[in-house]
Amino acid sequence: MSVEVAGTASAKAEGPLKLAVPRGALLGETLDTLDAAGIDTAAVRGESRSLIFAGEEIVLVTMRPSDVPTYVEAGAADVGITGKDVLLEQPDRMVYELLDLGYGRCRMVLAGRVGDERLGESQRRLGMMRIATKYPRIAERHFEATGRQVEVIEVKGSVELAPLVGLADGIVDLVASGRTLAENGLEVREEIVECTARFVANRVAHKLRAKEVDDLTAQLRSAGQ
Amino acid sequence: MIHPIPPGTRDVLPDEMRELRRLHTAMLDVFESRGYGQVATPAIEYDEVLARGDGRTSESAYRFFDERGDLLALRSDMTVPIARLVASRYAEAEPPLRLCYLANAYRAVRPQRGQMREFAQAGVELIGAAAPGGTAEVVEVLEAALDAAGLDRAVIGLGDADLFRQLLTELGVEGEARDSILARLATHDLVGLELELSQAGIGERDVATCVTLSQLRGGSEVLEEARSLGGTAVERATARLGETFEALEQRGAADRVQIDLGLLRDLGYYSGAILEVYDPALGHVLGGGGRYDRLLKRFGPDLPAAGFALYLERVHVAQMEEESRRTER
Repeated sequence: MSVEVAGTASAKAEGPLKLAVPRGALLGETLDTLDAAGIDTAAVRGESRSLIFAGEEIVLVTMRPSDVPTYVEAGAADVGITGKDVLLEQPDRMVYELLDLGYGRCRMVLAGRVGDERLGESQRRLGMMRIATKYPRIAERHFEATGRQVEVIEVKGSVELAPLVGLADGIVDLVASGRTLAENGLEVREEIVECTARFVANRVAHKLRAKEVDDLTAQLRSAGQ
Repeated sequence: MIHPIPPGTRDVLPDEMRELRRLHTAMLDVFESRGYGQVATPAIEYDEVLARGDGRTSESAYRFFDERGDLLALRSDMTVPIARLVASRYAEAEPPLRLCYLANAYRAVRPQRGQMREFAQAGVELIGAAAPGGTAEVVEVLEAALDAAGLDRAVIGLGDADLFRQLLTELGVEGEARDSILARLATHDLVGLELELSQAGIGERDVATCVTLSQLRGGSEVLEEARSLGGTAVERATARLGETFEALEQRGAADRVQIDLGLLRDLGYYSGAILEVYDPALGHVLGGGGRYDRLLKRFGPDLPAAGFALYLERVHVAQMEEESRRTER
């Protein structure tokens, strides 16, 4: 029978640390960074359609980037990686933002049709712009902070469509190279914020698994340099 | 027929109620056995009175007018009502006063987050006992309460509410910059913290000191590490924490306490020691507390005080998680 050591401050939660890994655009660079930090990601890179990849020291749990704060806040994942755009869109998720990983750099912008003055005209004559976006909270905050009235229209799919068919005067969206905008006859009018990948941690894991979280943070920090 | 109840409120049915009652009894038995007498206060108070404790306006999310046009508010915690009660009912009493409670409090909820608008708290207030002895007694009662709830793996974070306030003053950071730095610390946004600090016009070394401090957590060795970073504010805070930790050691109550220099609670009335409670089985904080040596004075008597509150619904969840963990092994 094993005797449990009662009451140590470093109460260890069971098992290896669980890291939420974003699928999609951030996946490639995330895996490269993890490799550089000494975490084996071969299994995730393989053909497997599993969602969970258990290593000895760390378990990788793959998910949509926008789900990462949800899992980490609840402690279902101890730590995670996701875009700053996701964190800004879900500001009330209580997660600790520990590190700017530097990759996945893109800009949140306001864009309108090339050579089209609808944005300015709606603002002047109607007192209100119609803005389509997948990021309603970031958009609302930006226009509120700059003292303009907007009607924010939330869409789930290709947001570039909205101004082309007259659903909105402009869009707020994430832009990496700007190619998609150009291909749809749109151009950047204002830059709202620059976004990169961030390393986040659950509040309780940050306290109770302090050494593991700090070590991983340090590994990721040096991997990024 | 389904008749809705407001989001963030709930009915409790007999199976759950039976377990909750057991938990309630266990908490109150611990408190009473240590000399803390149970009190109850009204759920609704005058907004003006609660505001006295919280600052310019009350923290209450729910305010309404009564039939005479007076502004009433639902309490958002029990600490402020008890400060009011002590000033009015125990004006002549010889401190220290030991009071405990088991009561519902009310806060605003964010939509679709499963947050509770109405939630139960169990806690104690020790009024008229200064740091470090008073703090140590409160932590000891908290540990006994956690044991009684079967959460023997729970850990108590011990921090200092004045550390960063005083450090920023020392570095000459005032006004808005100071507020936004404290806000970043409270949400533990390190990336934003570093940015705000470097924009506040302080040197690189001081920026690094602040960031490093906010990450220091562990046993008493972190006090040494903190001290090596220098500065009067750090010196004073580590001295306060060191005294508290020593007092805990003398009572044999330091084992499950983790010193955490990055701890910052968002309630404005805290000063000196602050506490947070974690259990490895749960991703959320189970409760918290600390010293509020300047709160009582706002109501009259200038008495040092400390206390804690446990969120009983979360304690109940942790109990279930710990139980299933034990049976799995």
